[in-house]
Formats: sequence, C-alpha cells, structure tokens
Amino acid sequence: MSGSRTDMLKTARAEPLWPRPPLWVSALGAAALALLIAYPFIFTTSFSQHLMILILLYALMAQSWNVVAGLSGQISLGQAIFFGIGAYSSTVLFAKYGVTPWVGLMVGMLLSALAAVAIGVPTLRLRGHYFAIATLLIGSSVQIVFQRWDWVGAASGLYVPIERASPWFYLQFHTSKVPYYYLALGAAAGGYLAVWKLRRSRLGFRLQALRDEPDGAASLGIAIARHKVLAFMISAAMMSVAGTFYAQYVLVLDPERLFSAEISIIVLLMTVLGGSGTLWGPALGAAILVPLSEYSRIWFGGTGRTIDLILYGILILLVCMWRPSGILSLLEERIRRRTEMP
Amino acid sequence: MSPLLDVSGLTKRYGGLTANADIVFDVNEGEIVGIIGPNGAGKSTLFDLITGFQQPDAGCVLLDGRDITGLRPDRISRLGVARTFQKLKPFLDLTVTENVIVGALAHTSDMKTARDRALESLAFVNLLEKRNNFARELSTGQRKRLELARGLAMSPRLILMDEVTGGVDQRSIAGLIALVLELKQRGLTIVMIEHNMQVIMRLADRILALHAGRPIAFGAPEQVRSEPAVVDAYLGTVTDAA
Repeated sequence: MSGSRTDMLKTARAEPLWPRPPLWVSALGAAALALLIAYPFIFTTSFSQHLMILILLYALMAQSWNVVAGLSGQISLGQAIFFGIGAYSSTVLFAKYGVTPWVGLMVGMLLSALAAVAIGVPTLRLRGHYFAIATLLIGSSVQIVFQRWDWVGAASGLYVPIERASPWFYLQFHTSKVPYYYLALGAAAGGYLAVWKLRRSRLGFRLQALRDEPDGAASLGIAIARHKVLAFMISAAMMSVAGTFYAQYVLVLDPERLFSAEISIIVLLMTVLGGSGTLWGPALGAAILVPLSEYSRIWFGGTGRTIDLILYGILILLVCMWRPSGILSLLEERIRRRTEMP
Repeated sequence: MSPLLDVSGLTKRYGGLTANADIVFDVNEGEIVGIIGPNGAGKSTLFDLITGFQQPDAGCVLLDGRDITGLRPDRISRLGVARTFQKLKPFLDLTVTENVIVGALAHTSDMKTARDRALESLAFVNLLEKRNNFARELSTGQRKRLELARGLAMSPRLILMDEVTGGVDQRSIAGLIALVLELKQRGLTIVMIEHNMQVIMRLADRILALHAGRPIAFGAPEQVRSEPAVVDAYLGTVTDAA
C-alpha cells in the first residue's frame, strides 16, 4: 500500500465513529429537551398539556412505524393491531384480575411481539406489496374479532376501573394531567433512545442494508426474512407501549377507535411527513399533525374530523413535491456526510 | 488435496431454455479460475447457482467437501463465500463506509472494530477518499470497487467476482489487476467472470469457457484459448454480429 494511502487510512481511523452534529443542532436539541421537561409548568392549562401528551404518544407510535418501514423497508398498514393489544392487555389484566398496568404493559409488549411473529413469518418472506396488503386486512379482521368478543366487552369495549389509591401503582391520576405528561414523555424518550441505539447497532445496519438491496444484504450473510420479522417485533412492542399508556389516559377502550385503520395510516403520514428512516422525523411529523387535528376539531367542530384529513393530504402533497424523503432527511444526510450546514 | 469449490453436473432450465447444462469444474485453494464466454453463455446464472440466489435443477456444489447445493444465499455467505453482482447492488442510502461496515459485521458486532475493518477494506480497493459519500453518488467503476470492498470486509475464503473490469475505464484496469493479484497473494481463492481476454489470460490459473450454457473447455489459459470450440464460439459471435 502506498504511503499516501496509509496516511489517509490513519486519518480515517482517527475520525469519530459517529459524526457529530453541528453545534447549532446540539444547542437546539438541548433547548428542546429543557422545554419538554419544563413544559407542564410553563403551559398549565389542561388543553395544552393534553395536546402535548398526544404529541408524545403519537411520536412514539410514528417511531414504531418508522422501525419497520423506515429501517427495514416493510410498509405495515396494521400498526393499530398492536396499539389495541397494548390497551386491552393492561386493561383486561387490571379489570379482571387486579394486575397493575405496569405488568400489563409488559404483557402487552410480549403479546404484540408474538402477534408480529404470527403475522410476519408467513407474510414477510414475500417481496413486494404483500406485507402491506396482509397487514391492512389482518388489521380489520382483528378489529372485527374484538368487536364480537364478549369476554372483552365486544363492540361496547371496556372501562378501566377507577382506582383512587396508589396512583403510580395503578397508573391513574384523577386530579392532574402532569403525571400523564411525564409518563408519556418517559415512554417517548425510552422509545427514541432505544431506536437511537438500534440505528447504531449491527441489527440496525443490517436492516438498512436489506431495505436498500435484499440480494446485496443476503450476499453478506444477512438472513433476510428473520431480520424483517425482528424489526416487526420491535415495532409492535413499541406500539403496544403507546396503547397501554393511551388506555390508562382515556380509561375507555373502544375497539372502533383503538383498532381503526385511521391509526395505522396516521402513524405512516406523520413519519413520511417528518422523514421516514430518520430518527427525529416521526417526532416532527407528530408535532405538526397532532395540533393540526386537534385545532381543526376545535375550529370546525364535529366536521373538523374531515378537515384535518384534507389538511394532511395537502401537507403530504407539498412534501412529495418539495422533498419526498421528508422534512428532516436533509439535515440527517448532511450530518452523515460530515459536512457543515451552509 | 480436495478442491475448495467442486461443481458437478450443475444444470438450470427456464422452460425450454437451458441456461446452464451439466457444468463441471473445480477450484483449488489459492487459485484464480476465470470464466469466459459470449453474452448469454450462462456465466452469471452459474454464479447465482453456486451462491444460492437461484436453485439448480440438477447437479451439486461442494465447498471444502461439504454439500452446499440449494442452501440460502446468506447461509452460503456465512460459510465464507463472498460475491459481487454484475448488476451492482450497493446500499444506496448508506454512505460508502456504512456499506462496507455491513460486510465487516459478519464477524463482529463491535461497531468500532467493524468500522476499522471497513476502512482497511476501502483503502485496499482505493476508495477511501469517497468514504463519507453516499453510495448513490458513486460512478459505476467506484460502485464495483465498493462491492468488492464490501465482500472482502467479511474476510471470505472464496470470492466470486462478476466482471470487475466491465464498464471501468482503461486506466483503472492495471490497478484492478494488481489488486486481484494481491488478493491471491494473501491466500484468497478467486473465481472471476471476465470479458477482457487480456486481463483473464494474465490473471487466471485455469479458465472455464462456456457457450450457450454448456462448458466447452476447462484448463490452462493457453490451452483454452487454442481450443477449436472456444475459437468457434468467439468467432461465431463476431460473425453473427457482422
């Protein structure tokens, strides 16, 4: 090897393993984190806290879609299945057996991961759009099952029994939204931290490789089907966490809402808007779409439900025309390319 | 000593078309075997059959005496077989270094070790200056070297290279030849599909010539070049084209 090449290798080895974001990005991140921690003390109205709780939960849900679709390239249209499983697991265990929702949370994650295996093993070995179609149809089937299943309340759903003692044990807070806020913040932070680690791990690299080029990945020893199922399991477990927290927050389980295709679609829209495959894209998408939906509901009343979908449509069109890989992709690309922002 | 790769009776049919018919050849440890033949001779199909990307209809592939016929591509890869593709398959949304890290992760889960292994591999194919570019920004020649680096990073025993000099400008060819010779010196066993006769005559210890899916000659380069069937196949193509 020539001398100059040896020198260049030395330089390259000395570079940090992970590119450091520009200073202004780190500063912005620190400010955002401080704001998130102080938020319920700055914004004390019930509505502003409610809004942020929803943004945080949806940010977690969108990230769950991002793991299976953005990282491993498999378009799931059935994420609501795991949202529902998470909500029902904790509620059924608590309502029928008095088990704390903390245990229900973990049972929900486990059941969701198992459901992901059951759905993923037969469908993820197929290439093309079969997985998207299968998850969409299985999603509506699961909804129908829960609407007919008497043991879990059928179409009228379930209520989380009110428990005023030991709120942190029963995960119910009847006087303030602040504990819910920090629970949602904790869940979202945990999810994003896990995905941040995942993206820097062997598994994360392998998922991105098979997303870009399955044959190339297989030629490097990556078991394609097994890795896709793994990504789907992680995604399902994350979605389930959001389901359990949502159930504890609203205390009412309505299968019509929990298993709706709308939830599966909205997490997709958020991620695509913010930047599919990026770490912070799903959070940005949630931060834009949740207020849009809530405010349009306020301004337009009951009819707001359709207005927000029209606005989503317009936003998605704009992103497709302006930057198909999402709002945040430009920034992440520049950081990985190790060049400064202009 | 038994050969590292031993292919016998390998056959692949697509309906009425026979892409590979009864192919027999072997590759000894540390050897370079070249595969030549006009377009459509079945060279890339043969690579796909050996590496598990397609299933043969008959025949068998032994790697170091072990039957690997019809195994999944990733399992064959994990036995130490790397390959490049004629239709290149880079991970477009990853950077050059990240592409090669995926190969290096075959033997380690430590990212720092994998990164350093990837950088060595990139230095070897002389692509280090592009390390922080995205794969989609590379030219065809650079992508070929990237794919080679990616395969080499998993420290294979055997590598199958599909036309590394194809689409590469003349000036770079000398560098690629030197690179292949250095790999051989390091003890790597190589099977390479090559259109450039000068390159393959120079590099290969033995050559397998294919024509219309059939093996027409297998042996030392000079011997294969003077084989009447090989001369016919090549002159025949020229006549067809004229």
